[in-house]
Amino acid sequence: MSVSGKLREPALAKRHRIGQMFEWLCCGSTWFGVVVLLLLLLSVGWKAMTWPTADADAADRTAAMKADATSNAVAESARPLSTRFLTSYDSRIPQKAGIKAALWGSLWLLLFVGLTTVPIGIGAAIYLEEYSNEGRWKRIIQVNLSNLAGVPSIVYGILGLTVFVRMFGLFGHDGKVLDLNLGFTVLAVPLPFERSVISGALTLSLLVLPTVIVAAQEALRAVPSSIRTASYALGATQWQTIRHQVLPAAMPGIMTGVILSLSRAMGETAPLIMIGALTYLARCPGHIDSLSSAWEHPSGLLEAPFDVFTSLPIQIFNWVSRAQPEYDHLAAAGIIVLLVVLMCMNTAAILIRNRFQRRTQW
Amino acid sequence: MTLMQSFSELMHQRQQRETVKRSRPVETEVTKLDVRNLNFFYGDKQALFDVSMTVAERSVTAFIGPSGCGKSTFLRTLNRMNDIIEGTSHNGQVLLEGQDIYARDVDVVALRKRVGMVFQKSTPFPKSIFENVAYGPRVAGQKQYKALVEIVEQSLKRAALWDEVKDRLNDSALALSGGQQQRLCIARALATNPDVLLMDEPASALDPASTARIEDLIFELKQNYTIVIVTHNMQQAARISDRTAFFFQGYLIEVDATQKLFTTPTKKQTEDYITGRFG
Repeated sequence: MSVSGKLREPALAKRHRIGQMFEWLCCGSTWFGVVVLLLLLLSVGWKAMTWPTADADAADRTAAMKADATSNAVAESARPLSTRFLTSYDSRIPQKAGIKAALWGSLWLLLFVGLTTVPIGIGAAIYLEEYSNEGRWKRIIQVNLSNLAGVPSIVYGILGLTVFVRMFGLFGHDGKVLDLNLGFTVLAVPLPFERSVISGALTLSLLVLPTVIVAAQEALRAVPSSIRTASYALGATQWQTIRHQVLPAAMPGIMTGVILSLSRAMGETAPLIMIGALTYLARCPGHIDSLSSAWEHPSGLLEAPFDVFTSLPIQIFNWVSRAQPEYDHLAAAGIIVLLVVLMCMNTAAILIRNRFQRRTQW
Repeated sequence: MTLMQSFSELMHQRQQRETVKRSRPVETEVTKLDVRNLNFFYGDKQALFDVSMTVAERSVTAFIGPSGCGKSTFLRTLNRMNDIIEGTSHNGQVLLEGQDIYARDVDVVALRKRVGMVFQKSTPFPKSIFENVAYGPRVAGQKQYKALVEIVEQSLKRAALWDEVKDRLNDSALALSGGQQQRLCIARALATNPDVLLMDEPASALDPASTARIEDLIFELKQNYTIVIVTHNMQQAARISDRTAFFFQGYLIEVDATQKLFTTPTKKQTEDYITGRFG
């Protein structure tokens, strides 16, 4: 057989064809996702930028609403998504409805979910990875953590309802008020927490804690053990080793996990419905609707955690379930706002990761 | 035997070098480390069998032997680095200046401050050069910046790295070359002001030029520190050590003055190993 004959094997051509086909398949899978996402964004975006076209029936309704609107002397917007949308409360007149209460409610949730999950999540991860010995208990906890991360969110809603909203009915039908003396003021803590920001935040914290712990554990595990050994060899205690070497090295990974978990909490609807987050609310928690109002009434900052609230996904859910077609478009505008918030958080996660990764390479 | 001859040649070169170096009067040997009947286990597996030896103060002792012979494990028992590994146990004694380092009242953190260690793979912390060297004194409680600056400069000078890095102390330690990183690790170990310096194959990942610098450095450090070094490289052991211990399958086969061990070993296994018949 000649050399050229050896170089032109028919079987080889077939193998190349199979390889090529596989590449196209993978390429198709990628573009499928991109196209679907693009279509979704376009349809939502288009809805958020236009009001529905008026039929005869709707024309009457709009006229009546317009009369109502002008009588209240509030400017109505040409599009559902506008600055007015961000700065007004929900309304029965679609042209006047906004997302302010939900936006502030979500920010309060975010703050308290962060305040509880960051220390508890990182602390638990450090204990499991750095301190605890391998053994049956660690295995049991580990398996439970993974399982908890997969529990449907509505189940956490039921848990939150019993534990935080009702507190097992320990405080009777009407509840009690616990007056905490902080020195400069007295903080009135209602017990049980009822349908307050703190109930919602604690419920969402339980929901994302397993994810935060597992992500933080992964980050700690990725720190090379040679760094720990080197630190011990220089006479550092275990705490000093964790504080000065392990935690700083694991921080980008931990922060990424925390931020992604927080954005998941931001988008959760089911547990909040379960614990009774209000769907119609014309005020912000603690009556704080801007930084200046917080400055003028600082007591609102202490009241807000125990105030009723609504959040972005709840508001969207509420609008979608209403009959008038205008509310569909308001929901689309709300979705855009929610997506922008989540995108900002994910961008922050990526930026943090990149920034630290450049500094720590081994 | 040509190999033996080459070793004697090496010894001769070294003696010349030493006579030049040794300006201080020869002291009577003081025992720094005294290991008595040490057995060491990883779980059920015994890694060291009844090892007994002494290490003299201000000398270089080299451990040689094939891979997995227990020389690194033995080195790590000297500052209790094996404590970090779960499921290890030992019996026997390791005395540092007459005090058992495994005694109940010994704080392992204090021990490691006195018995420093340099690893095979250089492991600079992902921080600045200054912070790397200052880490040991810092965790030991030194807070004054002025004192830290002094310690860092001194340690880097002792590790023969000062001239190369003095203008960029705040640069990342990871930007240094492999040889420089290893000398940084030596400087870092010196910064805690130890008596004993353990080195686990400190030059095995370095090129010949960097290796030569490390060896020169070890020679310098011998004046003030007791050095124990594990090495794969028998020529290196011959070049730098005063005494050499040969380990095989967890047993200490032979320990003697380096010159004697390499020229007239008493055990058959030692001779086989250093003449390259196995290992």
